Amino acid sequence: MKESLGTTGLILNEPLLWEKGKKGRSGFSLPRRDVESCPLAPELTGEGPDFPDLSEVDVVRHYTRLSQWNFGVDTGMYPLGSCTMKYSPKTNETQAGRPGFTGAHPLLPAGLCQGILRMMFELELYLAEITGMDAATLQPAAGAHGELAGMLLIHGFHRKKGNKRSKIIVPDTAHGTNPASVALCGYRPVPVKSNEQGILSVEAIFDVMDDDTAGIMITNPNTLGLFEENSRKIAEVIHGRGGLVYCDGANMNAVMGVVKMGAIGVDVMHLNLHKTFSTPHGGGGPGSGPVCVKKHLEPFLPVPRVVEENGRYVLSDDYPESIGKLQAFHGSVGVIIKAYSYIRSMGPENLKKASQLAVLNANYIKERLKGVLHLAYDRPCMHECVFSDKHQIDDHITTLDMAKRLMDYGFHPPTVYFPLVVDGAIMMEPTETESKEELDQYIEALKAIVNEAKDDPNLLHGAPNKCKVKRLDETLAARKPCLAG
Amino acid sequence: MHYLPHTAEDIESMLQAVGVEHLDDLFSTVPEDCRLQEGLDLPEALTEWELDEHMAALSNEMAVSPEYRVFMGAGSYEHFIPASVSYLLNRSEFVTSYTPYQPEMSQGTLQAIYEYQTLVARLLGMEVATASHYDGATALAESLLMAVRITGQRKVAVSSLIHPLYRRVVKTYFEPTGYEVLELPYLNTGLTDLSGLDEMDGLAAVAVQSPNFFGCIEDLKAVGEKAHDKDALFVSSFTEALAYGLLINPGSSGADIVCGEGQSLGIPRSFGGPALGMLATGKKYMRKLPGRLVGQTKDLDGKRGFVLTLATREQHIRREKATSNICTNNSLCALAAAMYMASVGGSGIRELALLNHDKAEYLKAQLKKEGFTIPFDSPTFNEFVVEFPPGFEATYARLLKKNTVPGLSLAPYYPELANHYLLCVTETRSKEDMDALVREVRS
Ligand SMILES: Cc1ncc(COP(=O)(O)O)c(C=O)c1O
Repeated sequence: MKESLGTTGLILNEPLLWEKGKKGRSGFSLPRRDVESCPLAPELTGEGPDFPDLSEVDVVRHYTRLSQWNFGVDTGMYPLGSCTMKYSPKTNETQAGRPGFTGAHPLLPAGLCQGILRMMFELELYLAEITGMDAATLQPAAGAHGELAGMLLIHGFHRKKGNKRSKIIVPDTAHGTNPASVALCGYRPVPVKSNEQGILSVEAIFDVMDDDTAGIMITNPNTLGLFEENSRKIAEVIHGRGGLVYCDGANMNAVMGVVKMGAIGVDVMHLNLHKTFSTPHGGGGPGSGPVCVKKHLEPFLPVPRVVEENGRYVLSDDYPESIGKLQAFHGSVGVIIKAYSYIRSMGPENLKKASQLAVLNANYIKERLKGVLHLAYDRPCMHECVFSDKHQIDDHITTLDMAKRLMDYGFHPPTVYFPLVVDGAIMMEPTETESKEELDQYIEALKAIVNEAKDDPNLLHGAPNKCKVKRLDETLAARKPCLAG
Repeated sequence: MHYLPHTAEDIESMLQAVGVEHLDDLFSTVPEDCRLQEGLDLPEALTEWELDEHMAALSNEMAVSPEYRVFMGAGSYEHFIPASVSYLLNRSEFVTSYTPYQPEMSQGTLQAIYEYQTLVARLLGMEVATASHYDGATALAESLLMAVRITGQRKVAVSSLIHPLYRRVVKTYFEPTGYEVLELPYLNTGLTDLSGLDEMDGLAAVAVQSPNFFGCIEDLKAVGEKAHDKDALFVSSFTEALAYGLLINPGSSGADIVCGEGQSLGIPRSFGGPALGMLATGKKYMRKLPGRLVGQTKDLDGKRGFVLTLATREQHIRREKATSNICTNNSLCALAAAMYMASVGGSGIRELALLNHDKAEYLKAQLKKEGFTIPFDSPTFNEFVVEFPPGFEATYARLLKKNTVPGLSLAPYYPELANHYLLCVTETRSKEDMDALVREVRS
């Protein structure tokens, strides 16, 4: 094996912000006072927040040190399943950082914000084309917000038809946000099991679909990394009873230019721009979760919508059947610009190539590791593959131990214990931006860890050893919550 | 394509390892009738340099400082952002990481968010704050749903001086739930009229915004007392976080839940997003909170460290019984706010807030002097309403041509307020800018 990536460097300690600084310091160039002071009534004023006073150097060192305790895609491979941690191109940051975009007020008259309106209008068209749908909204702030939007659209659709339906079918492989979004919209999620192949059978859906069911929420490719082969027939069953099909498109990175969801019976779906379209995840967001719909759901899309009038773009509120608003303004525009830049840089052929290579990378990992770790479903996968810790049970080694040990080798661990249908799941999504050498090194690391599990299990129980901290006590954190200092 | 590292040789050997011949064969599980036959109809790929040119052209079509002087706030504020904040925020270890599910490898994000939660709690006078929400409007909607969960009541009373677009978001969230949103009218002082509360029963929450949409500072203590008299929770919302550098904070005025928008704290306006939803409450309600929380703990050696905690409230554990469906939040925006609050500091934020207030007072006084009406006489922070004479639309249009946006017309939001405009002045507007505006609206 090549020399491991993981090593210990000089990691600096850094206290909490308020353990530093001195009253009277400042890290801010206070703007000039060119007007007289004009005191406010004392009963309205407080003492001001108890913030520490720090110098600019204090602040810069603080966050520089903190950043060095972090690991990002720019640091190394980040095969976190379901999260599509692909490389985020730097030019996208440059584009989103242009002063015309960052400085724009969201309520500018349309004549003063043509650039952004045009960009939004075009991106909606591109996303509709990629998904095979008819229209899109960029307003949802993240995937889960897109799901909520989708549920509200379905709710609006049925209400207009005058039928009250109370349930939504949600497969057991679904991401937790799916049932939570269903419930937030006042629907009851009806669970349905995937079959022994890890996908939904038409029969299972036929058995639960009824006239009180508003629709189904399918993740395709699903969270096991498998294509829902029966999705077309399932859509027929749902439509046959007056329901609608929602597709959780978080995994669209597998099938760009390969499958158009609109062509296989999907009525509404969301995309995660912070997954498929390369916008960085920022340690937990901001994301963007555009929703694409077929014609019959378009009247219900959130307002305002960007419309073109003789080559000019305007924002229109004139959609009486709209579900309303999901955010105060127009969505995560700063994120949207990055996705737009990505699509314009890639073009149609490279988007398809990206999906092909994402699927190639996942299948390569699956093939090379399937004798090493237990593979949950031994079938061709899409963009990710799911293993488990079944072979390590006798060694008393868990998925968590292996994940933590992987850090010592210089890799971010895969997603663990999800999806819930696989005990001790280890879900790997390499993405297309990892090279064969990176994958090989990752595979070698996992092989080494599996050997350590047999020969020296304490190495795993004690892992990680090379991070800023040792394994953290999550139970203590929850039992005695300390959420502020 | 320079983002795709595979050489033809790599692809060849990997396909061999997988046991298929062509890239297309990887999709054998996708039924034939599901596969796209034609290519995607999208514009051809641009080079990096062509993209620069294209995006520069779009950016140049936008009205922004310094060419334009925008006297518009209404939930999105122009404030100076120190270069140090923008620079630090671009550290790619922060930018290109995911939600910190693996804490040992994410201590940077986790400590920073713990610090953010602490600074927010201090700013708002509360005990705990969440790691972030999408924006101020969704934070308000989630706060009201939280109040419904806590009280078991199904109605909320919401001030008509809460940002109109926030109220639309609340309406959208509440529509399918069957919970009711009642609106409280406003008084001619520019404050919320609380008298209607006497007739309302079974309230989960009473919500106001301060400074409110007209810029006026609400009497939060009075709202809190009234809400508690009705056994409802007091939800205090805001769109201008900087105000609490100066104003008495909602926590010490009796608020049970405080929520709002943190964009003013070091986040560029970016046409309204990404923004920063802030949400804070007392310890007694912490297990009812929606969204992520970072907590302190210890590692195997007893060293201090930080993790995501109280996850049993969340969708990945509780699924449909979760307190919210939120997963990805606006973490990097929270980080920006923390960096900003740390840079400005306790002394700085007070001076900066004072300067915002004083500048707005200057413009208000100058306009008054010229005979324009200031219809609401309650004290304001950095925004206020002006009533211009009928026909002001023409002046407005003329000013736009002169690169000045003289506030926001209120008529679309409050039809009874024709010719009323909401003006905003922050530290970024100079006395000359304001004097020029006064000259222009006078002529
Ligand atoms: C399959 C799936 N659906 C939905 C989501 C939710 O997306 P977001 O985190 O952007 O809200 C995720 C993200 O983790 C996901 O993997």
